[in-house]
Amino acid sequence: MTGRIIEKMAAEANNPLLPATADLIWSSVVFAILLLIFWRWVLPAFKKNLDARTEAIEGRLAEAEKAQAEAAAKTANIEADQAAARKERAEILDAARAEASVVAAEIQEQARLNAERLLETAKKQIEADTQAAIITLRSEVGALAIDLASAVVKQNLKDDKSAATIVDGFLADLEKDSKN
Amino acid sequence: MLANALSLLNAVVTPVVTGDSGFVSPSIDEFYPEAILFGGTPFALNRIMMIRILVLVLLSVLVLAWARTFAKAYATKNYVPSRFQMMGEIAVGFVRKSIAHDQLGEKDGDRFLPLLTTIFFIVLGMNITGIIPTLNIAGSSLIGLPLVLALGAYVTFIYAGFKKHGFGFLKTALLPSGVPTVFLPLVFLIELLSTFILRPVTLALRLTMNMVAGHLLLVLCFAATQYFFFESSGIFKVMGVGTFTFGFVFTLFEILVAFLQAYVFTLLTTVYIQLALADDH
Repeated sequence: MTGRIIEKMAAEANNPLLPATADLIWSSVVFAILLLIFWRWVLPAFKKNLDARTEAIEGRLAEAEKAQAEAAAKTANIEADQAAARKERAEILDAARAEASVVAAEIQEQARLNAERLLETAKKQIEADTQAAIITLRSEVGALAIDLASAVVKQNLKDDKSAATIVDGFLADLEKDSKN
Repeated sequence: MLANALSLLNAVVTPVVTGDSGFVSPSIDEFYPEAILFGGTPFALNRIMMIRILVLVLLSVLVLAWARTFAKAYATKNYVPSRFQMMGEIAVGFVRKSIAHDQLGEKDGDRFLPLLTTIFFIVLGMNITGIIPTLNIAGSSLIGLPLVLALGAYVTFIYAGFKKHGFGFLKTALLPSGVPTVFLPLVFLIELLSTFILRPVTLALRLTMNMVAGHLLLVLCFAATQYFFFESSGIFKVMGVGTFTFGFVFTLFEILVAFLQAYVFTLLTTVYIQLALADDH
């Protein structure tokens, strides 16, 4: 059967299994030019670019990892610093509180002592004043008694009425004096 | 394989003219349009050659533009690819990763990458013109181009084998170890035929015949649609809807075939290189 077909095709002017010269020539031209283009320009540029990109991506990934590690270390540092600061603050506060209670106690003690001292002074002053008053009163009472006695002696010889007047007048004087 | 391809051709080498109607089914002459320039010389340019040159120009512009964006990205240390650059990287990266590196490993994959990418992009570019309106025929539907690509693959895998193993390549390729001595002559003949003769032939024929069959199917569907709509009468007009639907579906199918054949051609080339590089099989 194959033989018959080939015979039949040989009879035809155009044989699809045998290339014409022009067919081969133009095909070769197409093939050669595109092979050259791919070989010389397209593939080298393609590979170079792809390799560079791979390298860049790998480099950037490594960089990113490094940066991340650094950031993590920094964060840990900051956290440690914060914890230390917090501890320090607590310590300072505790110390201040203790000191404050001590100071307060001191101040209270001082105040108490002051108050006592003042009280003491005041008591003494009052005592001294009282003493002085008693002494003054005592001396004045003596003088007054002498005044009264002399006045009584002067007026005694007149009447009883006048004696009574003298006593009243004396009492009024006394009252007036004590008011002053 | 060869017989299959030929029997497929059998259906189309003779134009079928249906009785009294004016409908002529497409024939193999579809693929031999009149020369437009340099007719009669070895450089005769017909429609298909023009399409190839158009594809060559478009592909060159595209891939050189990609090369420029790659180089620019490298020079400016801009590692965030633009949309256009990403497209290029996906396309070239597909051949590199999914075909070359998978079969050959990174080192050998990159070594043979120029050939593999060239084959992939040429086959894809030439196939896809089969469904582009106004072009409407695949640049790879004439045997010349698939043959040149197959020869490129053939030369490359033989070169790879000899470079790696010297003349030991012929021994590993033709006289595999572990075969009983009695069968060696037979195995030798089979391997000689399959490795050094059939490989390039099947590579070229598979692609050509896929494109030829696809084109003829599309022409048949759309020519029939045209005929049913404008030259037949009555109930036959309705059949045009059916043939048009077929044509539409086959157009979509041809897109798939275009990619698939590009992938298969490149993958087989890679596998042949890999077999040539292998220490023993």
